[in-house]
Amino acid sequence: MPHEIIQKLYRGMPTVNSNRSTMATNDSAETSHQVLTFCLGSETYAVDILLVQEIRGWAPVTRLPQAPIYMLGMLNLRGSIVPVIDLRVRFGLEQAPFTPLTVIVVLAVHTASGRREFGLVVDSVSDVVDIDAAELKETPSLGGKASVELIKGLAAVADRMLILLNVDELIRRDLEQAQAPAMAGAA
Amino acid sequence: MTLEMDQFHSGFFEEAFESLDAMETALLQLDPGAPNAEAINSIFRVAHSIKGGSGMFSFTEVASFTHTLETLLDELRAGRMPVTRPTIDLLLKSTDVLRGMLQATQRKSPVDQQTVADIQFDLEQMLAKRPSAADTAAAVQVASAPTNTSLSSAKPESLRPKQMTWTIEFRPTARLPEPGADPSRVFCELAELGTMALVAHADKLPAFADLDPEVCYLTWTITLTTELTSEAIQNILNWAEADCQLRAEEPASSRPDPAPIASNPPPPPSPPPATNLTPTGDAGGNSAKAATADSNSIRVATEKLDELMNTVGEIVIAQSMLMQLVDGAEPPPVDRIRAGLIHLERNVRELQESVMRVRMLPIRSAFSRFPRLVHDLSARLNKQIELKMTGEQTELDKKVLEKIGDPLVHLVRNSIDHGIELPETRIAAGKSAVGTLFLNAYQLGGSIVIEVGDDGAGLNLERILSKARAKGLVGPNDFLSDEAVANLIFQPGFSTTEVTTELSGRGVGMDVVRRNIEELGGTVELRTEVGKGSSVVITLPLTLAIVDGLSVAVGGEVYIVPLVAIIASLQFKRGVARQLAGVGEVLLFRGDYIPIIRLHDAFNLEPRCHDLDLGSVMVVECDGRKVGLFVDELLGQQQVVVKSMETNYRRIEGVSGATILGDGSVALILDIPGLVRYAAERNAA
Repeated sequence: MPHEIIQKLYRGMPTVNSNRSTMATNDSAETSHQVLTFCLGSETYAVDILLVQEIRGWAPVTRLPQAPIYMLGMLNLRGSIVPVIDLRVRFGLEQAPFTPLTVIVVLAVHTASGRREFGLVVDSVSDVVDIDAAELKETPSLGGKASVELIKGLAAVADRMLILLNVDELIRRDLEQAQAPAMAGAA
Repeated sequence: MTLEMDQFHSGFFEEAFESLDAMETALLQLDPGAPNAEAINSIFRVAHSIKGGSGMFSFTEVASFTHTLETLLDELRAGRMPVTRPTIDLLLKSTDVLRGMLQATQRKSPVDQQTVADIQFDLEQMLAKRPSAADTAAAVQVASAPTNTSLSSAKPESLRPKQMTWTIEFRPTARLPEPGADPSRVFCELAELGTMALVAHADKLPAFADLDPEVCYLTWTITLTTELTSEAIQNILNWAEADCQLRAEEPASSRPDPAPIASNPPPPPSPPPATNLTPTGDAGGNSAKAATADSNSIRVATEKLDELMNTVGEIVIAQSMLMQLVDGAEPPPVDRIRAGLIHLERNVRELQESVMRVRMLPIRSAFSRFPRLVHDLSARLNKQIELKMTGEQTELDKKVLEKIGDPLVHLVRNSIDHGIELPETRIAAGKSAVGTLFLNAYQLGGSIVIEVGDDGAGLNLERILSKARAKGLVGPNDFLSDEAVANLIFQPGFSTTEVTTELSGRGVGMDVVRRNIEELGGTVELRTEVGKGSSVVITLPLTLAIVDGLSVAVGGEVYIVPLVAIIASLQFKRGVARQLAGVGEVLLFRGDYIPIIRLHDAFNLEPRCHDLDLGSVMVVECDGRKVGLFVDELLGQQQVVVKSMETNYRRIEGVSGATILGDGSVALILDIPGLVRYAAERNAA
């Protein structure tokens, strides 16, 4: 069942790939772009589809010592070692059991420190939709919840509210930042 | 700048740095007494090709500097100037400057104008001093040709070889960016005519805020003693864009010759007075480091690539053979398939080795900076040192090679500074006045051994021991072998406080050297004999890409412990471990109590067994400290390919990298020094 969805998505993606060059050059003057939407509980999140490298079914990962709880561990992605974040836990949602629908969305982002790959565990992926930059609404301040900073904005598509992830901020906070020096269990 | 241009640039820089290294080596081998023509030729060619390249890419500063350098080298090559020690030293400094300029240009940062101007001035001075005796042709040149060619002339024949002293008030006019001669150039020209004294007047300099960068505010008073007539001087001043007052001061037919020449401007007052033009002794080392740090490409011998191609070809054949076997007969011939798989396995291992060989570079590139370092340092310390290097062909992984440079420089400096004695001391001790510093590299099994040693005084073991006792590193009644005493200098903190004079520095940063080498998975050992010298033996793994490790299981996870760190692995016997107040658990191992780290505690895992008796303990060592590492189970020994955690994530304390196991899962590789430090900190807390 997850495979059907993934295959459906891949069928949808070639058109995206053909847009890649134009999208890349128009990055700053983006008017409309495609995003991949996925579900966390009852909420629908979205990331720029150009960042999505692949979508794979959930498989256990290797745990990391002294990592925050949302950092599930490292995954072998064809020979490169890729960190995997549980997005539910990252956004303070209740942890859900991994089902056959649970997928890892692997993103690849070019940052100042080079190309970085990482995986996001989400409940399920749903669709590829077009959103207009003009449609993007600012995130209302919800009273100092840290995870709000990881949200680029909100978009209303049909009857759904899409929460657009701020991927750069996510990388900066969760992947690049120097970790606390203390080892877990140091007592 | 287009992308392609950048590509050419990087090629140029890489080549230029390489040829500079070659030039430096050739310079160091140049014997002032009997210069080797071929060597001078090759040095000349380097300068020439850098000049050509930089001219092509419009790196004008580099091109102009190399032009001067080339002019001097051309004189040497033609034998018109003798090769002297000062010339060689100046040329060595020029290579430093040139390297700095190239690095700055590469980084697109501004060039250190001051140093460049200083050395360039020195080069011109050197050219000016050349003893090309009075020949008429030269005189004609000076008098008639107000161009750069007069650079290559000298004292002309004069009808009245009478010394005259002229005073010239030199006031550059007009604005700097306009084309025209640099005043320093004029000064150089004048200096060639005789003895020149130069006084700069900065009194017209306005406050910085009012300074117009395009105006030259400086004026100079030039006092020139020469046997030339005023015309010759005028000829030079004519092409200076300045107001000049020429006045004869001293005796003779004193024709006070006030000749105001109004004309145009001089470019930047690149200050002629040579200030700090002595690069420090380690300039060579540092710049070499900077150069290697930037280069991310690697040059590979074609044979190595051919080898790779061959192995890949073999693998393709083996694979198609297997396919045929599987597709063909029914049922498939299991035996033949197994044989095919074994064949394939061998090929894959060969492929792995070939790929690793591609990353291997001769250690020569790390050694190449030492002739220069030894040359500079021994001159500064008035020591006579002969450097003997062997095994420069030994190949090392590129990454190891990049990181081994600094520790080696440190060890070599130590040897020169503190190991090798002054010539008088050596003679008094019955040794030859010339000390020997040796650098040897060779392969020993799966390791590379590098020895840095000298035939100097050796370490004063008694002093080290008493100091260690004083610092509480060694108990008052402990007995230590000489070797153990010598190795005390690697202890962190051993050298940080006042060290007895003779030893000073011997040990400064030795703990850092050791740590660097241990980070590369290597070991350091010191051998010394009083009066006969000492040597440091560094053992390094052939490559960082592959590690021999022991896989261990803890709480459902598999970790790899590098085999080099493991001293022993034991099954617990009841009662061997003790609880110690304030320290935690300790274990009696070969007569010592060593702390135990429970890996599941350190990594916050739920272990399969809490009971020490049911699990296993590995005794690991780092920095001379032993620690027992408690794990659920030892799984087995295997070679693993190291992958960086930092590519996609960040550094994790206690983990040096990750690898992929046979089943495709990820296993973390433990960082034993990190864990041992963790244990020490935990105990201190």
